[in-house]
Amino acid sequence: MQEILGVPAPLLFGQLLIGLINGSFYALLSLGLAVIFGVLNVINFAHGALYMMGAFVAWLLLHHLGIGYWPSLLVAPLIVGVFGIVIERTMLSRLYDLDHLYGLLLTFGLALIIEGTFINFYGVSGQPYAPPEILTGGHNLGFMFLPTYRAWVIVASLIVCIGTWLLVERTRLGAYLRAAVENRELVRAFGINVPLMMTLTYGFAVALAAFAGVLAAPVYTVSPIMGQHLIIVVFAIVVIGGLGSILGSILTGLGIGIVEGLTKTFYPEASSTVVFVIMAIVLILRPNGLFGRPRE
Amino acid sequence: MSIKSVALASTALAALAAMVGAAQADISDNVVKIGVLNDRSGLYADLSGEGSVVAARMAVEDFGGKVGDADIEVVSADHQNKPDVGSSIAREWIDQDGVDVIVDVPTSSVALAVQQVTSEKDTAFLDSGAGSTALTNDQCAPTFVHWTYDTYAMSVGTGKAVVEQGGKSWFFLTADYAFGHQLEKDTSAVVKENGGEVLGSVNHPLSTSDFSSFLLQAQASGADVIGLANAGGDTTNAIKQANSFGIVQGGQKLAALLGFITDVDALGLDVAQGLTLTTGFYWDRTDETREFADRFAEKMNGQKPTMVQAGVYSAVTHYLKAVDEIDDDGGEAVVTQMKKMPINDFFAENGKIREDGRMVHDMYLVEVKSPDQSEGKWDYYNIVKTIPGDEAFQPLDKGSCKLVSN
Repeated sequence: MQEILGVPAPLLFGQLLIGLINGSFYALLSLGLAVIFGVLNVINFAHGALYMMGAFVAWLLLHHLGIGYWPSLLVAPLIVGVFGIVIERTMLSRLYDLDHLYGLLLTFGLALIIEGTFINFYGVSGQPYAPPEILTGGHNLGFMFLPTYRAWVIVASLIVCIGTWLLVERTRLGAYLRAAVENRELVRAFGINVPLMMTLTYGFAVALAAFAGVLAAPVYTVSPIMGQHLIIVVFAIVVIGGLGSILGSILTGLGIGIVEGLTKTFYPEASSTVVFVIMAIVLILRPNGLFGRPRE
Repeated sequence: MSIKSVALASTALAALAAMVGAAQADISDNVVKIGVLNDRSGLYADLSGEGSVVAARMAVEDFGGKVGDADIEVVSADHQNKPDVGSSIAREWIDQDGVDVIVDVPTSSVALAVQQVTSEKDTAFLDSGAGSTALTNDQCAPTFVHWTYDTYAMSVGTGKAVVEQGGKSWFFLTADYAFGHQLEKDTSAVVKENGGEVLGSVNHPLSTSDFSSFLLQAQASGADVIGLANAGGDTTNAIKQANSFGIVQGGQKLAALLGFITDVDALGLDVAQGLTLTTGFYWDRTDETREFADRFAEKMNGQKPTMVQAGVYSAVTHYLKAVDEIDDDGGEAVVTQMKKMPINDFFAENGKIREDGRMVHDMYLVEVKSPDQSEGKWDYYNIVKTIPGDEAFQPLDKGSCKLVSN
C-alpha cells in the first residue's frame, strides 16, 4: 500500500474528505458570523446557541408535530431567524453605537441563557434524530466509505455559502449592504432604510446558523451543549479569515476543516488546539487575517 | 495588663479549648454537611448532575433528616470537569462552609485532585461518578471510598465478554485524560490475558463532536473490536457516527467500555441495540430497585437513575449510618467505621469496603434491548450475567495502595 509520511494513502484521502465535510459546517457558521460582524459590527457569541436551536427546533418539529427533515430544513431556520430578529430589535440594536465589548457580552449572556433553558428541559445527553430514508447508507469510494448524508452536507452547505456570497457581491441588495458597512450615515442619506437592513441581516445570518444546526442534527446527537465548543472554533476561523470578510470566512472554514482532519491523523491529541495555534500565527504575521483589509 | 484581665483571658482560652476539644470528639457544628460535587452543565451532567443531588436528598430524607440530634444538610456545586475548579470548591467547602463529606465527583482528573484536598483535611470522600482505579491504588487515602464502579470492573465485565464472543483483536478510541488512559490500560490487560491482541489506539480530546477521522483510523486497523475508552457524549457521538460509516455493517464490533443508561436513551434503541455494557446498577432488577427508581423518577421528570445516582444514595445512607454509630464526622474515623459495616440495600447485597477504599459489590453484564423487546422508555437492558464482586474488582494483592498490609 502506498504511504504518505507513514500514513497509508487511502486513509489520508479519507481524512481530507472528512476534513472538507467538517469544514462545510465551519464555513456555514463562520459565514454568518462574518456577515453579522461586517454589517452590524457585533461579535455574535450567541451563534453556537442559535445553531443548537436550529437542531433542536428540527427535533421538536419531528417529535411533536411529525414534521420531517426536508420541511424542517426550511422551517427551522425561519423560526430561529424570527427569534434572531426579535433579539436584534429588542436588545442588540440598542448597542450599535457602543464599544464591541457590549455586543459581545450581551450575546454571550444570551447564549448561556438559551443553553441553560434547553438543558433545564432536555438534559445534556441529547436526543436521537435519524437522517431521512433517502440519505441513509453510503458509497464505497475505494479509499473510504462515504455516508450519503455526509456527501449531502458538503453539497448543501456549498450551495448556501456560494448563494450567500453571490447575494452580497453580485446583487443590488448586496451593494447596499456593502455600502452600509463602509458608511452607514451616507447610505441612509440616500433614502435606504438601514436599520431594517441590519435587522434582516441579523435574521438571515441567524437562519444560516440554524440551517447548519438542522444539517448537523442527524450527524451529532441533538444536545443543548452541541454549539458550546463550536463557537470558539468558528470565531477563531473568522479571525483567521479576516473579520468581516465573507469569502475569507468560507475558504478559511473549509481550510481549517482539512487541517483539523490532518491533525487527527498525525497528532490527534492536538486536534482541538490546532486552530488556535494557526490563529496565533496568522495574527502575528497578518493582523487583519488572511483575507481581511485594515479597518479604520 | 492587670491580674484580673489575665485571669479572664486565660479562662476564655480554656473555655475555647474545651469547645474545640468537644467538637473534635463529636459531630462538628452539630451539623452533618454533605457536599455533592459534580458536573452540572457539561457532558456528564445527565449521568450525575442534579440527579445525584436528588439521590443524596432522598437518602437524607429516608434517614429521617437527623443523625442523633444533629441536622443533615446537602449542598451542591458544579466542578465543570476541571480539576482546578473542583479542588478549589472542595477546599472552600471544607475550610469555610464546614462540609463534612464530599460525594459523587465524576471525571477522574477532578476526583484525583479532590482526593488530595480531602485526605489532607481529614474529610470523607465518597466517589460514585469517577472511574479511575488510581483512586484506590497509588492515590488511595484512608478518608476515601470508591462506591459504584471503576475502570477495572468495566474492562473485566465488557472486555472479557467481548473477547469470549470472538472479538480477539482490538483498537481503542481513548478520551485523552486520566480516565480514558486508565480504562484503555485496564482493558488491554484483560484482552491480552484472555488471548486477544491490541492493534493500536488513538487519543481524542475530551468532548469531541466529530469522530469520523478517528473512526476511519479504527476501520483501517482492521481490528475485530473498536473499544470506546470514553464516556458520556463522547461515547454516544462515536457510536452514532460509527453506525453511519458502515463500521458495524463492515463486520467490526463496537465495545462501549463505559456506557450509562442515559447514553442509551440519547442514542435510541435503533442505534444502541445489541451493545454489551457493564453496570453497577439497573433500575428494573428487583422490587427494591424499582421502588427506588420510581420515587427518583417522580422528582426527575421521569428519568430513571443511572448507576452513579443510585450509588450516591447508597453511599450517603451508609455514611450516615456510620456517623450515627460513632457519633463523629471526622473523615478517617467515619470511613474506618464504614469499612466495618456490611452494605445491604437495593444497590448492593453484602457489599463491603476494603482497606484500599474499594466498595466491592456485584456488577451486571447487560445487553441493550432491540426496539421490539423494549416496552417503553427506560426499558433498555437484559441482564446477561451477574459478575460477583470478588471477580469484578481488582484483587487487593494486585493493587498498589499503601494502606494495604501484605
